[in-house]
Amino acid sequence: MIIDHPLLGPRDSDEFTYLGDASLLDRPDGLGEDAAARFAEYVYMRDNPAGLHRELWFHAAGDLSWLVVTRNTATHEITAVELASDVTRARRAGK
Amino acid sequence: MSGAFRLPGGLVDRDRPLGFTFNGRRYRGFAGDTLASALLANGVRLVGRSFKYHRPRGIFTAGSEEPNALVTLGMGRNALPNSRATMVELADGIAAFSQNHLGPLGFDPLAVTDLLASFLGAGFYYKTFMWPKAFWERLYEPLIRKAAGLGRLPAGADPTLYDKGHLHCDVLVIGAGPAGLAAARAAGQAGARVILADEGFRPGGRLLAERHEIDGARGADWAAAQWQALAAMPNVRLMPRSTAFGLYDHGITGVLEQVAPDARAADKPAEILWRVHTRRIVLAAGATERPLVFPGNDRPGIMLAGAVQAYVNRWAVAPGRRVAILANHDGGAALAAELEASGLDIAAVIDARRDPAVVATRGRRGLRALTLADGRRIACDALAVSGGWSPNLHLAVHRDGKPLWRDDIQAFVPGEVLPEGLAVAGAAGGSFGLRDCLAEGGGAGRAAAEACGFTVPDAPGFAADNAQHPPAPIWELSPGRGRAWVDLQNDVTTKDIRLAHREGFRSVEHLKRYTTLGMATDQGKTGNMLALALMAGHTGRSIPETGTTRYRPPYVPISLGALAGREGGHGFKPVRRSPTHDWAAARGASFVESGLWLRAEWFARAGESGWRASVDREVIAVRAGVGICDVSTLGKIDIQGRDATEFVDFVYCNGFAKLPVGRVRYVLMLREDGIVMDDGTTARLGENHYLMTTTTANAGPVFQHLEFVRQCLRPELDVHLVADTDGWAQIAVAGPKARTLLARLVDAPFDISDAAFPFMACATLTVCGGTPARLFRISFSGELGYELAVPAPFGAALAEVLMAAGADLGVTPYGVEALNVLRIEKGHVSGPELNGQTAPKHLGLGRMASQGKDYIGRALAGQTRIDGAETARLVGLRPTDRTQPLSAGAHLLEPAAPRTQTHDLGWISSVAFSPTLGHHIGLALLNDGEARIGARLCAVDAIGDTEVEVEIVPPQFIDPEGARQRG
Repeated sequence: MIIDHPLLGPRDSDEFTYLGDASLLDRPDGLGEDAAARFAEYVYMRDNPAGLHRELWFHAAGDLSWLVVTRNTATHEITAVELASDVTRARRAGK
Repeated sequence: MSGAFRLPGGLVDRDRPLGFTFNGRRYRGFAGDTLASALLANGVRLVGRSFKYHRPRGIFTAGSEEPNALVTLGMGRNALPNSRATMVELADGIAAFSQNHLGPLGFDPLAVTDLLASFLGAGFYYKTFMWPKAFWERLYEPLIRKAAGLGRLPAGADPTLYDKGHLHCDVLVIGAGPAGLAAARAAGQAGARVILADEGFRPGGRLLAERHEIDGARGADWAAAQWQALAAMPNVRLMPRSTAFGLYDHGITGVLEQVAPDARAADKPAEILWRVHTRRIVLAAGATERPLVFPGNDRPGIMLAGAVQAYVNRWAVAPGRRVAILANHDGGAALAAELEASGLDIAAVIDARRDPAVVATRGRRGLRALTLADGRRIACDALAVSGGWSPNLHLAVHRDGKPLWRDDIQAFVPGEVLPEGLAVAGAAGGSFGLRDCLAEGGGAGRAAAEACGFTVPDAPGFAADNAQHPPAPIWELSPGRGRAWVDLQNDVTTKDIRLAHREGFRSVEHLKRYTTLGMATDQGKTGNMLALALMAGHTGRSIPETGTTRYRPPYVPISLGALAGREGGHGFKPVRRSPTHDWAAARGASFVESGLWLRAEWFARAGESGWRASVDREVIAVRAGVGICDVSTLGKIDIQGRDATEFVDFVYCNGFAKLPVGRVRYVLMLREDGIVMDDGTTARLGENHYLMTTTTANAGPVFQHLEFVRQCLRPELDVHLVADTDGWAQIAVAGPKARTLLARLVDAPFDISDAAFPFMACATLTVCGGTPARLFRISFSGELGYELAVPAPFGAALAEVLMAAGADLGVTPYGVEALNVLRIEKGHVSGPELNGQTAPKHLGLGRMASQGKDYIGRALAGQTRIDGAETARLVGLRPTDRTQPLSAGAHLLEPAAPRTQTHDLGWISSVAFSPTLGHHIGLALLNDGEARIGARLCAVDAIGDTEVEVEIVPPQFIDPEGARQRG
C-alpha cells in the first residue's frame, strides 16, 4: 500500500507501523465521573467495518508522525491522510 | 553431437555447447536450451516420479506451468529443490537430480503405492490413519512424512544471496509476447517510463514456438527487433527472466527476477524480488494450454501439443521418433503438417471431436503405444495433446475480480471489472489470433501512456495472420476405462473427483481441499480447468455455475530466500554493541543477547569453576566493595519544552509536579488498560528538561507511545522528544566504596558528599578533567549506587579510568547476571514481573500511583482483571531446605492440594542463588500474597518434574529499610 503522507508525499506502507482505530484520539477524561465505564469503552470496544475506516499509522521509519488514514478495509483504497495532531486540534477547536 | 534427438535449425546457439549432468550422467546442450530441451535432445524422457503414486513422469510442458519435470539443482547447501526443468536456463556445469524416488529413478520401490492406488483415493489419510490413535505419532506420521513431499530440504543454510528492491514506472507490461511487445513499443515511443517483464530469457513468447510471420519477418526475428528497439529507449527497462507473480494494492506488482546464469557470482544476488510501483499495467501474460483426460494420460512422452511445437521449432528437439497428436480442435492437423515438415514421423492425428477415443496407453517408463476405442493400436513414443488454451488471467483477478466464462473459446477470461489501472491484451484476455494480439497490445500500450499524460504518435499496425483453433467442449475421453489424471503433480485422478462429488465436496473450494487438486507447486495450471469441467458434469451444472477457485498470489513458486532478501541473520536482526563492548570482551566477558543488544553477562576469571563462581564473586564484590556495570543499553529519551513537566506527569502514574530540579524519581508507565508498560527512572535536569530512562527492551515501544501521547492526545503541549540511547555511555558504580571511587573522578568544585548529593539526586558536571557528564544517584542493587553517563565515544575510556582509579578499592566489573541477582536480593521488579499482566498493585507499587491527577492508565488501574490472578501480589520465597534450588516458572500450590490448575495459587517469576545469603531465593506473584507471608507452599515445576517446599517471605531479602542505598 502507498500512504500519501501530508508532509512527505506518497510513502510505502512498509515505513509505517499500524496501531488501529482512530477512535483512540477521543480519550475520555480520566478524572470524570463515569471514567471507568467510559475508559472500558475507549480501551476495549472497536468497530470492525467492511468499508471506510479511520485508523492510526505511525511513520516509524520516517518522520515519526502519527497519521490518521481513512482506508476502505474492503478495497484498501485510501481516501484521506491527515496528521493526527491536526485532527485532535481541529476537534478541540470544534468543541 | 549434443543429442540424438536434435533437429536442424531452431533458436539455440550451436557455437556455444554446454555440459551438464542429470543424476550424475554427463550430457551436452547448447546456449539457448532449457534443462528440459537439453534433456529431450539427449533422449532423456523419464525425469521424475509423481508425488503420491511414484509414477514415472516426463517433461509435460515447455514453460512455467510444468507439473512433472521438477528437479533439484546443485548439491549440499546449494541444492535448490523443485526447480522446473522447463524454466531452467541451461548453463555450463549444471548438476540436476530427479526427485521423489527411493532407489534409482528407473526402479523406485515406493512405486508399490501405485499398486495400492485403489486404497489411496482422496481423503485416505483422514479415513485410514484414524486408529489406533496411539499409532499416529509413532508410526503413521513418520511413515507419511518419509514418503511424502517433493524434493528434500537442502542441508544447512542457503548460501545464495537474494535481494529486494523497489522500481517505479508509468506502465508495467507483463509478458513479452506479441501483445506485450506491441504494448511496450507504443507506450515507450510516447515517452512513458515503461517496464517490460517476461518470465523467459528470450523475448517473443509463443512467437518462438510457432511459425508466424509479422510484417514479412519470422516471428522470433520480429520479436528480437522489437526488443532491440525498446532497449535503445532510455525510458524503457527490459526485464527478462522476471515473473510478475502478484498484483497488490495501489498498483504495486510483485516481480521476481532471476539473474542470468552467466551474470551470476557468489557475491551477487541470484534472485531479486522487485516491488514495482505502477500507474498503469498491461497484462499480456498469454495463455496456458490444457490437456485432455484419458486413461493412462501421465506417461513420459505425453506432452502438451504447444510444448511439442516449442521443442521442435524453438529448440530443434524432437520429443520422439513417432509422434501422435490428440486434440479437440483444428490445431491438431495444422501441427501435424508442421512436424512433418520438420522431418518427424506422424503416427496418427486423433480428432477428439470425431475419432475413436484413446482408451489406454502403454509403456512403463515412456510411451510406446496408444489403444483406441475401435481396438486400433498406434505405436508412438510421443503424444501431443491439446484441449484448448486457458488465458493467464491470474493478475487480473488477484484483487478479488471474478473471471467470466466464454463459450466460444471454452475458457475463463478476466471479468468486465478490472483492477484500477490494469488492462488485458492478447491471449491473456482470450484473443488467440496473432493480428488481434498485436492490435490489442498496441492499443493497450497507447491507452496506458495516454492515461499517464503522454501523447502517443501514430504508428502503423503490424501485418500478421489471425488463425485460431477454438476447442470443442470435450474434456474427458473414455470415462471409466482406467485411471486418468487431472492434476499430474498431486496425482489427482478422475476417480478422486468422482469420490469428492459422491461424498458431498461439490463446491470447487471443497473439491480443491479434499483432493488437493491444484495445491501443488504448479497450482494446477494445467489441471484445474479439467477438474472444474468434470465436477460440472457430475453435478449437472454449467462450468460458469461451478465457478473457479480463488486466484491468489504468487503466480509461480517464490523461494523463501527471495522473500527474505537480505533480511536474514544479522540483516534481519542487527547487533547493537555498547560503547564498552570491546573493553568488556578484553576483560573476559561473555555476552548475552538483550533485544538487539549484546550485554556482558559475566566476566570469567582464570580458575573459576563455572559461570556461578564468576557471578557469585561479582555479587559479593558489589555488596562488600565496589563494582561497575555498563547500563548504556537502557533507553534514554530526552524531553524538553515549556510543558515538559505536564507531559511527564501525564505519561507516568507517579506525581511529577513536585519533583525539584536535580532529583530523580523511580517511575512506572502504565498502558491505558492499567497494566504496567515499563519502569525506569526519570531525572529532572532543568526546569523544562527531563531525561527518561526505559528498560532496554522497551526503548522503541515507549518512544512510539510517547509520540502517540504527544501528537494524538496532547498536541497543545509544548514538548519535544529525542531518542538519545546511543548518545551516552552509562556505567553503574555500586557498592559501599562507590562514593570513594567516584570522588576521584569528579572535577572540582562538584561536591559528591551525601549531604550535597543525596540518594535520588542528579547533576550535570564534568569528570576526569573536563569531560561532560551526568551523574545520577540511583541504585538497582540496593547498595550505595550511582550511574555516571558520558558522551558515548568516552564510554570505554570511562570504564578504564574507573578500573584504574579503583584498583586499590578492588573495583570489579560485573555483568547482567550479577545485576539480576542483586536486584532479586533487593526485591526490585524487572522484565519477568513486568510481563504485560501486572498492574502496580500486583507489584506492591500501588502507592506510587498519584490520586490527584489524570494520567495514562488512571481510570482502569486496579480495574483490569487477569483471570484468577487479580489478588496476585509480589512476594519473596526461599526453600525450606536451604540446600535446594528453585526454578523460575514453577507454580505454587498448597502442599496437600492436588497438582491441578484449579489449585494453582501463583508462579515464580525470578530466581537466583544469593551468594549474600548462601541459598536460592525467588520472587513470585502469589494470590493473596501479603496474607500468605510466613506460609509454606509447594513449588511445582511440571517441566523439570520437581517439587520444592518454600517459605513465603517479603520480597526484600536484604536491607528492607534501604539504609545502604541512602548511606
